[in-house]
Amino acid sequence: MSHRARETSGWSLAILVVVVFSLVPVVWIVMLSLKTSASATDGSFIPHHWTLSNYSDIFKLGTFTDALRNSIGIGLISTLLAVALACAAAYAIARLDFPGKAAILAVALAVAMFPQISLVGPLYNLWRQIGLYDTWPGLIIPYMTFALPLSIYVLSAFFREIPWELEQAAQVDGATPFQAFMKVIVPLATPGIVTTFILVFIICWNDFVFAISLTSTTAAQTVPAAISTFPGVSQFTVPYGDIAAAAVVVTVPVMLLVLLFQRRIVSGLTAGAVKG
Amino acid sequence: MTTGAVAAPPAAAAPPRRRRLTERAREERRLAALLVGPALIVMIAVTAYPIIDAVILSLQRSDLRFPAQSKFIGLANYGHVFSAPVFWQDVLHTVIITVISVSIQFVLGMCLALIMHRAIFARGLVRGVALIPYGIVAVVAAYSWELAWSLNSGWIPKLLGLSGDPLSHTFGTYVAIIVTEVWKNTPFMALLLLAGLALVPDELLEAAKVDGATAWQRFIRITVPLMKPAILVALLFRTLDAFRIFDTIYIFNQGAQGTESISMLNYATLLNRLNLGLGSAVSIVLFLFVALIAFVFIKGFGAGAAPGGEG
Repeated sequence: MSHRARETSGWSLAILVVVVFSLVPVVWIVMLSLKTSASATDGSFIPHHWTLSNYSDIFKLGTFTDALRNSIGIGLISTLLAVALACAAAYAIARLDFPGKAAILAVALAVAMFPQISLVGPLYNLWRQIGLYDTWPGLIIPYMTFALPLSIYVLSAFFREIPWELEQAAQVDGATPFQAFMKVIVPLATPGIVTTFILVFIICWNDFVFAISLTSTTAAQTVPAAISTFPGVSQFTVPYGDIAAAAVVVTVPVMLLVLLFQRRIVSGLTAGAVKG
Repeated sequence: MTTGAVAAPPAAAAPPRRRRLTERAREERRLAALLVGPALIVMIAVTAYPIIDAVILSLQRSDLRFPAQSKFIGLANYGHVFSAPVFWQDVLHTVIITVISVSIQFVLGMCLALIMHRAIFARGLVRGVALIPYGIVAVVAAYSWELAWSLNSGWIPKLLGLSGDPLSHTFGTYVAIIVTEVWKNTPFMALLLLAGLALVPDELLEAAKVDGATAWQRFIRITVPLMKPAILVALLFRTLDAFRIFDTIYIFNQGAQGTESISMLNYATLLNRLNLGLGSAVSIVLFLFVALIAFVFIKGFGAGAAPGGEG
């Protein structure tokens, strides 16, 4: 076998291992969601009896549809707020000269390392006193806060790469400052903002600590918290099919985002990590 | 952190800036304060205020089941925490899970990063697929593995030919929890390491190859030292995150089978036993542990140079 053929087969093997390792748990939960409730405990990887009834079941369950609505609403609002605040801050960090820049990045780093569970007690206490417990704002406020550090790092890394001189060039060519900003800078900044939006949305969509602690009813419970409270047929049975189907439903949108924007996510995360 | 110097536009870097601020520079500072202010205020208000509140609560007897008995009791809650064997056991569980899972994530993450960096074909496929565990909801990942290991529903006991339920004893549960953590977090570790690999110049590796260095020697003598900052950042972020482990343990068994972590204890004290005073003391202790780990990494190993600065 030639050197080249050996190299090719080596890489094929490595890639195969990565693909299998990454996908097995995902395929497994899909398979479990397609098993009938009688065969859910047969321990086979591939269902013997296929069914879609778990999916129709969870959509009949008010808990799940409400949780889906909460997850989407809370996730989008938190993400919009975090990205808007971070855009302003990142613009200043990337373009303006002012003292205390290092201090701001240090605060962001400290927030990124903060143990979120340490906030659960005081927020639980405070939210109950001021009426934010089990409401959308009660989750949006912590989500937005913990999304800010990553947003600021990733956006300021992107903004530093933008050739801002083009804005002046456009103004020299007769564009108004507003036109120059909208026509030149906005298109250049959009990819970075979209990437940040996706990364932040994934963080908010995935949270469990705050969701399980600061909500109690379908008014604000998000999907991860709702899944963990799915009722079984009796106290001692686990609703395998419902859990698996709900898990698949919340996973699909994120997987699509990840696969569609794979290149941008990789560059966003690596830029944020190293250049910050 | 050298950000300021790199990003400063030429106009603001005019010579007389130290002595007297020009009108323009002052205006720039005002604008910067206006732009940075909101984000900074949100971050400080939503973390600093509750943590101060937690400190105050931790000095009180504050039990929501007996609100009438609330009063200031000094450091008694901390005394309870430090003299409780369950606390030290939970510290041990957390350290075991953190050390083992982060070590495995580091080794596998490095392999994955090298594959993502060097793959001669299907690079897009590898990167896309490897990101899936990163994007997946932590609760879903935990359920997928828990239901795979459980004797009732899973395929793993059958595959390994186990007769008993691996999740009914401590060792099996630790293995399952660590596998879950490794699966979920290796991609993020790999991405952080990939950023470091990109900084290693190819010419240097080529030169070493010409000089007869083996692949392993090139990796250990050239690649690793050059990407040391990225390695430290990756280890710092993953260690802090692993130390706060909560979701996976909550879904597996809420800390049964001797797997309760500090975060799990914190949650149970606060929200199951509704003991805000004692729970807040655990919160503050956890906060201090995390701060200590960050301090050791940043001051001890110099990990702070990379995040936030341009390195």
